[in-house]
Parts: sequence; C-alpha cells; structure tokens
Amino acid sequence: MSEFKIGVRETEGIHVLELKGYLDAHTAPKLEEAFTNLLTSNRYRIVVNCKDLSYISSAGLGVFMAYIEDVRKNQGDIKLSNMSPKVYNVFDLLGFPLLYEIFKEEREALRKFVDKTK
Amino acid sequence: MKTETLHIESKTERLIAVRDFVSAAAREFGFGDEEISKIALAVDEACTNVIKHAYKFEPDKTLTVTVQRGNGTFEVSIRDTGKRFDPSGFQPPDMKEYLSHFRRGGLGVYLMKSLMDKVEYNFEPGKPNEVRLIKYLTP
Repeated sequence: MSEFKIGVRETEGIHVLELKGYLDAHTAPKLEEAFTNLLTSNRYRIVVNCKDLSYISSAGLGVFMAYIEDVRKNQGDIKLSNMSPKVYNVFDLLGFPLLYEIFKEEREALRKFVDKTK
Repeated sequence: MKTETLHIESKTERLIAVRDFVSAAAREFGFGDEEISKIALAVDEACTNVIKHAYKFEPDKTLTVTVQRGNGTFEVSIRDTGKRFDPSGFQPPDMKEYLSHFRRGGLGVYLMKSLMDKVEYNFEPGKPNEVRLIKYLTP
C-alpha cells in the first residue's frame, strides 16, 4: 500500500504534477524527487494539481519552499490548483497564498502560463 | 477521564498510525471533521519534531502518544527520551517576511500553536521530555 503517489504529465510545455494521498514527513522526499527531476531537465513551468491530495503537513509545504526560488530565477513558476478546503486551510494558515498562485481549476493555472508567453 | 496510549517507533512511516489514533479518539470525543483535522496535523507536527530533532531519525527509539479526554478537554501528550527541544526561544515567525525570503522549515511549532488551544512543554530531570497539546470541546 502506498500512501502518496505522484503522476507527471506535460501539456503545452507545462509540467503537471498530480498529487494523491498523504503528504507528510515520510512522503515529502517523493515530491522533492519529482521537483528535482523537473529542474535538472530545465522544466520550470510547473502546475501542481492537488485534487486527490488528502493531507499536507509542514514537511510537505517545505518542499514547495525549497524549489520556488530556483524556479522563479529561471523565469518559471509553481502554480497550484484543485485544492480541497482542508488542504487549502493549511496553506492559508501559513500565508502561502501570498507567495503562490492557487487556482480552483488546473486549466486556469495552465492558461496563466500560456497567456504570459503570448 | 478516559486515557489511551500508543507506542510507536521513531519512524516517519508511523505518522499515519498516530494521525489515525488521535483522529479516532477525537471523533469519539465529539469533535467535528475540521477540529479533528487540526488535532491530527498538530500531533503529526509534534511527532515529526521528535523523530527529526530529538531522535535524529534513530529508528530504534520510541515515542509514547497518550490521549486523555474528559470534562470538555482533549489532551494529547507526546513523550520521548531524546535530545531536548527547548521552545522558550521560539518566536512565531512573521509569515510575510518568512515567505519573502523563501525560508524553509521551523513551521511545525507555529502550526501546533495555531491549531491547538494550548501547547505546553515539560522538561523535568530524570523524566521523559513531554509536549502536551490541548483542545477544548465547546458545546
């Protein structure tokens, strides 16, 4: 049984990470690995779809903090979408909406990237 | 007053068992989904701190999680015999400043204090370190 899974797909040059399950101190290294893989292949336009993310702790939030600076230095961004109210509350409690764009739907996050390049 | 105890190895893979344990006790006590989520997250953060900082990921160590409930008070005590974490110097971070500098880590204690009604630390010579997380059930 795996408590956390990540799916990766590409659409219009933007990489979408689909998170599923529980993101805590045990599973956070899996997300770090996924970000590292994208960044080492110079993929800096990233959307994280949280539709099936059931839980996040500060260990998971820390992963987003670890990569955002590097991503933005390379003219990219990490945008988030499809959060459940429960997961959004944790991001909100720590003020993360100040630093990250969080969209209701993945397509809105994708469109933001595409509009920027026009 | 009802008391239940869970002993777990100092491994992050056991965090899910701790969350399930406290969530079930909180539900039985009468908390709703939102409060249960807050309690489970606060306890996860406390246990993560112990595994990381007190035990430095040594997997053969043990954490003791005890839930005591009664008279409208839900208290979770987490005890360890590792290195002391002294929270007296803890200042809640200015999140705007924190985020603007892309800092990382140190958010666990902030979350615990935000999510619970009370967070207390007990350090007594010859006794295990203890953090107590308390939430009141309001009718």
